[in-house]
Amino acid sequence: MSVRRLAADQPEAFAFTAGNLDWAKGQIEKYPDGRQASAVLPLLWRAQEQCGGWLPEPALRTIADLLGMAYIRVYEIATFYTMFNLAPVGRYYVQVCGTTPCWLRGAEDIKASCRKLIGAPGHVTDDGLFSWTEVECLGACVNAPMVQINKDYYEDLTPESFEKILVDLREGREVKPGPQDGRHSSEPAGGLTTLIAQGLYAEAPTPEDSEEAELALLDEDATDPAAANAPIPKPPRGGSSGRRQK
Amino acid sequence: MLKDSDRIFKNLYGFHDWRLKAARARGAWDGTKAMIEKGHEAIIEEVKASGLRGRGGAGFPTGLKWSFMPKQSDGRPSYLVVNADESEPGTCKDRDIMRHDPHLLIEGALLAAFAMRAHVSYIYIRGEFVREREVLQAAIDEAYDAKLIGKNNVNGWDFELYLHHGAGAYICGEETALLESLEGKKGQPRLKPPFPANVGLYGAPTTVNNVESIAVVPDILRRGATWFASLGKPNNTGTKLFCLSGHVNKPCNVEEEMGVPLRELIDRHAGGVRGGWDNLLAVIPGGSSVPCLPASQCNDLPMDFDALRDLKSGLGTAAVIVMDKSTDIIRAIARLSYFYKHESCGQCTPCREGTGWMWRVLERMARGEAEKGEIDMLLQVSHQVEGHTICALGDAAAWPVQGLIRHFRHVIEQRIDAQATKPLSPSVPVAAE
Repeated sequence: MSVRRLAADQPEAFAFTAGNLDWAKGQIEKYPDGRQASAVLPLLWRAQEQCGGWLPEPALRTIADLLGMAYIRVYEIATFYTMFNLAPVGRYYVQVCGTTPCWLRGAEDIKASCRKLIGAPGHVTDDGLFSWTEVECLGACVNAPMVQINKDYYEDLTPESFEKILVDLREGREVKPGPQDGRHSSEPAGGLTTLIAQGLYAEAPTPEDSEEAELALLDEDATDPAAANAPIPKPPRGGSSGRRQK
Repeated sequence: MLKDSDRIFKNLYGFHDWRLKAARARGAWDGTKAMIEKGHEAIIEEVKASGLRGRGGAGFPTGLKWSFMPKQSDGRPSYLVVNADESEPGTCKDRDIMRHDPHLLIEGALLAAFAMRAHVSYIYIRGEFVREREVLQAAIDEAYDAKLIGKNNVNGWDFELYLHHGAGAYICGEETALLESLEGKKGQPRLKPPFPANVGLYGAPTTVNNVESIAVVPDILRRGATWFASLGKPNNTGTKLFCLSGHVNKPCNVEEEMGVPLRELIDRHAGGVRGGWDNLLAVIPGGSSVPCLPASQCNDLPMDFDALRDLKSGLGTAAVIVMDKSTDIIRAIARLSYFYKHESCGQCTPCREGTGWMWRVLERMARGEAEKGEIDMLLQVSHQVEGHTICALGDAAAWPVQGLIRHFRHVIEQRIDAQATKPLSPSVPVAAE
């Protein structure tokens, strides 16, 4: 259990923007009549986005009123779910995964970079740009170590590539989410070991060189992983890993 | 090795388009209407015959679970809830399904809902998966636009599919905590019975299935239960997504046959253990909740439910966390204990207090600042947590600790000895001063 409390300094009031209020009403529609409380997590999340990354106390009451819930029910939800920030965060809110799979691959070094460039966990830099915290498993373990900055995952990090991301963000340069070591997503680095058979995809012809790769893989004696991995079929262009949608 | 043509997730890595047109070219939404026309029972029987066991960790037979749902409604609706709250450390397979092959999940949800006579389904995705949520929602919108789901759709079974998200709580992957969370409450598990199939979401009959369990259903029905059951071995059939993380040269996700030897999995797909197979110290074979196995048990290890259970571990989510000999195994497990301490919902005393206690003792043991008698005390406390809580988080917190003591007790003892023989540094204040 983590103990979490509301911040001491709170704004006077909160109101959803007209656009967000419409959106909230659409969310409530997803649930049966009388079950509008189900929308509490999406609404709290939208309120947090509207407030620049944290949930002020008046927002909790606004949402409770909107959903016909007792204030205490919404308070206990805001303090239970750790994605709700109860105090202000930086414009770029860095969440470093520190659980064992990332820890094994250098999450401590990423945390050290955060301490060096941002400061202590929870501290917001003077320019308001950054704050960071250590979080539990973010579910990208084969791309460890990784961090989440706002909505995006940055994966396969080294202290160097991670610090470059922070510097680029500070300088206003564009950064590319996803793996930082040239990988596309969760495939093995350096070449596919599966999904390379001829004619597997009707929509995209497989490059010629994959025939050798498949033969190597079908050979049960080919236990040398380097040999099996050697020929790399090129992925088709225009594929989407799902990033940067909308 | 599994043939590429037998793989279900042909866009696992996202090199191809996830959108409807491309998904259809890869085989999704092919003959869905004909499958539905076979009837509710036929689908359940086919899934039973395939031998599919739940892919979320517990390995309960999926078809059997579906058969618990009421055949006649007593006036309450039935619900299918898809558990996409993937947060078991080491596990990142459902994420790839949702961002790269979302239409398999949507088609599977329709078929599963139809089999259980449900017209409404919710997918509960973890809050951190923002981009995955965007893709999945866009895919759901595509399916609505193409009249594949929704009212009066072309498949002949009215079906509403809603995407709901969490907000950072591992416990919401437990099915009854997930239902509580979906109802707009804290994610604290419910006592069972009643089971969700009788009293689930909004008090109505509900089945909760993992993303992978649902997403493989269309292919099982299209290619037949015999095909699925021919892969793997009896009671452990089909294909499985494995997540290979930690100290391997090329961490990756891969779809393989159930029962694939661990070593083949690591050597062929993940480029081998860092520093070679002989440099292996231990693996956690099924996500953080299962006990670790030492290298000596890994040489001819088939990766399936039964073989791993026989070694007092488990296949869990098939998330293989590899640790080489440079690993401080006590710290690695202590970090997992911290995870469970952080994620305990606080409802049951043995878990709320026990997870923190186990973590604090392990932290001391990692520094060697412990008594040897405390190892047995830690083991005893872990047994007092295990089985004495409403949900399995207590068990999940106890098992890694038990695995550590079972296989690496000597490492803890050596650490304690090394600390005990260290000379006191002069700066340490002594009582007599």
